[in-house]
Parts: sequence; C-alpha cells; structure tokens
Amino acid sequence: MRIKEKLIELILKLCAFITILTTIGIITVLLFESISFFRGVSIFEFLTDTEWTPLFSEKHFGILALVSGTFLTSAIAIAVALPLGLTIAIYLNMYAPKSFRKTLKPILEILAAVPTVVYGFFALSIVTPFLQNIYPDLQTFNSLSAGIVMGIMIIPFISSLSEDALFAVPKTLKMAAFGMGSTRFQTAFKVMVPAASSGIIVSVILAISRAIGETMIVAIAAGQQAQFTLDPTIPVQTITSYIVQVSSGDAPQGSLEYKTIFAAGLTLFLFTFSLNTISFWIKKKYQEKYE
Amino acid sequence: MGKEKNENVIESSLKRKYKLQAKDVNVFYGDFQAIKEISMDIKSNSVTAFIGPSGCGKSTFLRLFNRMNDYVDDFRMEGKIFIDGQNINKKKVNVELLRKQVGMVFQKPNPFPKSIFENVAYGLKIQGLKDKTFLEERVESSLKQVALWDEVKDNLNKSALTLSGGQQQRLCIARTLAVEPSVILMDEPTSALDPLSTAKIEELLHELKKKYTIVIVTHNMQQAGRISDYTAFFYLGEIIEFDKTNKIFTNPEKKQTENYITGRFG
Amino acid sequence: MNNTRKNKIKDQAFKALGMLFTLFGVSILVVLIYNILRIGFTRINWDFLNSLPSRNPEDAGIYTAIIGTVDLMLLTVIFAIPIGVGAGIYLEEYSKKSKLSSLLEINISNLAGVPSIIYGLLGLGIFVRYFNFGGSILAGSLTLSLLILPIIIVATREAIKAVSPSLKEASFALGASKWQTISNVVLPSSLGGIITGIILSLSRAIGETAPLIVVGAMAYVPFVPHSLFDAFSVLPMQIFNWTTRPQQGFAVAASAAIIILLLITFIMNGIAVYFRNRWQKKLK
Repeated sequence: MRIKEKLIELILKLCAFITILTTIGIITVLLFESISFFRGVSIFEFLTDTEWTPLFSEKHFGILALVSGTFLTSAIAIAVALPLGLTIAIYLNMYAPKSFRKTLKPILEILAAVPTVVYGFFALSIVTPFLQNIYPDLQTFNSLSAGIVMGIMIIPFISSLSEDALFAVPKTLKMAAFGMGSTRFQTAFKVMVPAASSGIIVSVILAISRAIGETMIVAIAAGQQAQFTLDPTIPVQTITSYIVQVSSGDAPQGSLEYKTIFAAGLTLFLFTFSLNTISFWIKKKYQEKYE
Repeated sequence: MGKEKNENVIESSLKRKYKLQAKDVNVFYGDFQAIKEISMDIKSNSVTAFIGPSGCGKSTFLRLFNRMNDYVDDFRMEGKIFIDGQNINKKKVNVELLRKQVGMVFQKPNPFPKSIFENVAYGLKIQGLKDKTFLEERVESSLKQVALWDEVKDNLNKSALTLSGGQQQRLCIARTLAVEPSVILMDEPTSALDPLSTAKIEELLHELKKKYTIVIVTHNMQQAGRISDYTAFFYLGEIIEFDKTNKIFTNPEKKQTENYITGRFG
Repeated sequence: MNNTRKNKIKDQAFKALGMLFTLFGVSILVVLIYNILRIGFTRINWDFLNSLPSRNPEDAGIYTAIIGTVDLMLLTVIFAIPIGVGAGIYLEEYSKKSKLSSLLEINISNLAGVPSIIYGLLGLGIFVRYFNFGGSILAGSLTLSLLILPIIIVATREAIKAVSPSLKEASFALGASKWQTISNVVLPSSLGGIITGIILSLSRAIGETAPLIVVGAMAYVPFVPHSLFDAFSVLPMQIFNWTTRPQQGFAVAASAAIIILLLITFIMNGIAVYFRNRWQKKLK
C-alpha cells in the first residue's frame, strides 16, 4: 500500500516538474539558436543598428527597428487602455450601483476573450477605413489602428484588476473620507487610488507585457516593414510579427534567417520576463499590507 | 535483577488494564509548547472527559491518540503514547490501521457530500470491502446503534446533507462505528447542536460505553458531569487534576479545579 | 461655497465620463459583432462549412480548418488535462512549504505571462526540429498543451482549495490514505471547478494562431489530417490567411469564418460560466 502511495506521489510530482522543463526548454531553445546567431552577427550591431533587413540582399540586423514597432504599438495601446481602464474601474467601484458592477464587469471581460485574429481583422477592415475618413493620409497598414484595437483588447486587464485592487481596500478608509465630507471624486483620487496603487500598477505592468507579446493584431494590421520610427500612420513591424513573417515563409533550418527569429524571440522574452518579475515582486511586497 | 523483573510484570499488567496511556508527553508547535509533561492512564470501557478553558491543549492531547496532529506543520512530540500497550508512534506502526482502531467525531458535523449509505460505508470501502450484503448489514447495524435507522432507512440514497445538524452528527458517529473501532475520540461533539440533539447523543454515549472506550473533550461542564466516569481538568497545557468525575465535581483536591468548576474563571 | 461647487462639478463630470467609457467598452463589442455579421453572415451556408479552402474566394470553405481544430483540441486535451490536473493536485495536496515549492509556484506564474509566440518558438525548436515531429498536428498539440498548462494548474488548485478541510479530516480519521482521500473526497468535490478551468483553457486554445504559425500549421491544407504526423490547419489560421488576401471575396469568407469561431468561443465560455455557477452553488 505504501509503495502505491509513493508511486502516485512521484507521478504527480513529475507532472508538476514538466512546468520546470517547459521553462528550461524555452530558455535553452532561445539561447541555443541566439548564441549561434551572435557568432555571425555582432551584439553591438544587433543593439545599435536601426535597420532590420535580414531577408533582403543587403542585410542589417538592428533589433531597434523591431523594438520601435513593438514600442509604438504598445504605447498607443496603453494610451488607450490606461485612462479608459482606470476610469472604468473607479466608476464601477465607486459610482455605479452594485448591479452594474455585477453585469458590466463580466461583459467587459469578454473583450479579453475574443481571439486576437478577430481583432486583427477588425483593425484592418473596419477601424483603418474609419480612421482614414478622418485622416486620409493614414496608410492601409499602420500602428495607429493596431494600437487602438490592442488597447481595447487590454482594457479589461486594467479595469478588472484595478477594480479588484480598489475592492480590496478596507471599507473603513472609504468611510473615513466620506465622513469628512469628501466627494466620491476626491475620495477616489486622494484615498482609494493611492491605497490600491500597488494593485493598479501591477495591472498596468501586466497590460504592457500583454501588449508587447501580442502578435496577430499587429501582424494583420500594422504592416511588415521594419522601420525605426514614431510615426503612427505608416507601416511598422513588431518583434512578434517579424517572427510570424519568417515562419510563414521557407527559412531552412540552420540558416541565418531562421536564427534571427530566435534572437528576436529572446529579446521579447527578456522584456516580458522582466516586466512579469517586477510585477510579481510588487505584488508580493505590497499585498502583505492588508493581511 | 529481580526487582526489575517485578517492575516489568507490573508494568505489563497495567498496560493490559489500561486501554490508553500517555507517558511524559510534551507537544510543541514550533517554539510554542502546547502540552507540558502529561502522563495519563485511561481504563477500557470508560468515558473520560477533558475539561478546561479554551486553548489549553485538550484537543491537541486528544488528537495524539489517533495521530491527527501529524498533518500540522511544526508539530513535534516528546514522550510516548500507548494503545493496548503498544507505542503508536513507532515507525513500523501503520497509521491507517491505527485509525480504524481509534475513531474520531468532530465538533462540526462533517458528512461527505455523498448519500447516507455511502457515508457510513466509506470506512469499509476504503479497506477494500466490497461485498454488498456485508456492507448493507454493517450500515444497518451502525445506524441502529446511533438510533438513526428508523429515520433514514427508506432514504439511504438521499444526500447526507439533507439531514438536520443533529442527525448529521449521529450519522458521523455511525460512520465511525461502522469500522468497529475499540476507542472513540470526540472533540466537542455537541457544541454545534441544539439541546434536543445534544440529549439524544448523550443518551447514545451511555449505550456506547458498554462496548467502547470513549474520550470526550467538552466545554460543557454539566455534560461532563452527566456522562463521564473520569474527568481530567486541563489548564495551559498541563493536567491540574485527573480523577473520578464524582470526586472532581464534588470534592476536588486542587483549588484551581474548584475555581473552574464553580465558574470563578474560564 | 465656491470650492464645494467646484468639487461637485468635478464629481458629476467624472461620473459621466465613467459611464461613457464603460458604455464605450461595451459598445465596441457590439460594433465589432455587428460589422462582422454584416459582412459575413450571408456567406455562411452548408457549402461553406463543407468545402475545402480554395484559391477562388467563392469556392473557399472551412471544412479542413474545422476538422483540424477539432483534432487539434482532442489531442491537446489528452496531453494537457492529466498533466495539468496532476500538477495541480501535487502542488495543493502534497508539496510542503519549501524553496522547491516556491520555485514551482513562481515558475508557473511566470509561464502564464510568457507571450504565446514564444511557446511557438519552443515548439519549433523542440518538437518540430529536435524530436523531428515536423510541422505536424502532434507538434502543434504538444505546443498548445504547454501553453494552456498554467491555466489548468491554477484552476485545479483553486478548485481543490475550496474543498472544506473538515472533509479531509473526516476521511483521514476513518483510516483513508492520502490518495484515497484525494480520489474519494477531494476530487469529486472539486470536479466542477476543474472542468470550468479546462473548458476556459480550451476556449483560449481554440483561438490561438501565432504559436501554430511558428510550429508550421499551414493555411492551405486541402486535406484532413489522418495521422499524428500530418500537416494541419485550424480555423484561426484560415481566418488569418484570408485576411491577408486582397480580394474582397476573401474578406467576406474571413468574416464568415470569424462568426463560426466566435460562436464556438462564446458557447464554450458560456458553458464554463454555467458550470462554475453550479459548482459554486454546490459548495454552499
């Protein structure tokens, strides 16, 4: 009997360890191909060149071009999602009747459940033409539409998590502020938001991480031209859509083109890993406050 | 040499007389000492009550006899616990077998979200006993012992959660009896129940004591007085006094005991 | 008096803004669905569901994509459920507070935040190239399984946490072993929560495109996969492919396929929510 129990525990333990294997696998694959890549391309060029043209005859390997595309689209996304998400969170928490919160929060969460390829289609076929009515010089592929739609997709990340953070603030703080005659607006910004700040910051960091890692929306609507730019009306290419571009083609294994997607992937992984780690530590450090 | 032999003979005959024994037991949770140097001998087929203020170690000490403290982090014990003369903390002891000998009833009734039948048969099924007739007989006799059979015999497949609190607790007792233990440990079994159910269960205990050795932790001193043969008064992890119930309640030796009994603190 | 009036105005203005933004969020969803329906609804018919993809937009259908999606999901489920639930049980019931268990937890929380395309790179490097499975449905399902594993693990843990410890105590006190207690008491009670988590993770997997592109799912697969090592296509990939084509006919076909995909996604989420509500009621 005891042997059977030990065996079962071992099997379950192995299941849990597959998660560790996954992480090791990710790091190994990314590093292995990247190290091979950096034998042919200098890290200095990789980090400083502003052109990224590995698929052309004159090859440049400056990751900054892709990073700028990622940055531009993500910045637009956060510029949309943060004010909207935070305002919605405060509204649902402090102004809206309880029934609103109960029904609207899940509806907003649906925004996060829509497959991203659908959002990509929406950005290209509906949002871009709509924006072109307002600004005719907007190109078919641009970071503005993609960024806006990404922002919409991310709203629930900020609104739901921030609302949870506000909800976790002890009611006594809220009551104390009201008791002194504060309006809801004053209470929200002078008491509640500061008190929930760690949770709100975590939600924003997670939203940024999500935006940086997004692929389909930008692959469909933002274009395939790696450009080091801040102009939202022209095509750009993000790290993620570059990887998709190469994968859809025929890069033979072992070729330099093949290795570029891993170098790009490693860059992306480092960004998101840092962001996720920071948010984890913030959560850990500040959540103990209310326990 | 002869003296030692005599002592061993006396010791082993004592072990046969006493069902449960504790020797020089200390219990620690991390740095906190919950039980201080307790030794105790409990006779077979008796009802022993543990009384005393909250947090004084009664439940902790009770749980030493079926090793339920093993699941608590930081738990550490010194000393020995004997059942039928055998040290139950030795490595070779099969804990699951031990718990079939020593059953436990908890403060809040905790029937499984299964049918009444499945609840009572649970302890038997996990032993691998499958014979339908055997299970049905055992379930019937256990439910009869707790005077629940007539109330539920036509509804054995209904969920146990549809029973009232008092019925659920009696069901939990039946569940314990079904595996035919020789010791029943009870941790404040009636404190969550109404007076009528409490009375029914106390009546039950009078019957059960003929077959089982029972140890019951209770906050209710009148209950201890009503149902137990022996009583142990716990205070801050120590036993202040342990004697026949009659003596404890009418003529206690220690002043502290008297103060607790008469309600001067607690 | 002036200050109080100013504050009141700010208060009301913000309230209006909050309502506006919330309604905006909801209405964008409506706009999205309305437009997709407008463009693609008429395209949906039995032929559409039954035809293979084609270079001609009028003849194109999603048959292979749907079969591919179903096959992929079945395989993914076979890999992901036992491992995910098993890991969840281990973490919640067996592992004790130690450096190792903290490491496991931090790692899982990190994996949940890794972009899905990175999982694609992992799948490409290990399953497609190193194990030589090629751009096959086997490689695709293994990759997706790893992707949704953290979701299933977290859902399993939450479901197990919700089971009252007094039930486990009762089981141990009757002499049950650890595994007997888990299989007879803990799992039956937490099944609802676990199933909810599985359905939610699958509805996420169905919509995934990027990792499958990297692993080598193709958009033009005019046959149904017959073996684990066959090439395959899935619905979101088909949508992606059609979206990148210039002809208006393909935009219509893409919309129609999106309607099907959204239908599947929403139904699955709806079922999951239904299960969760039923299970939470049961716990009370």
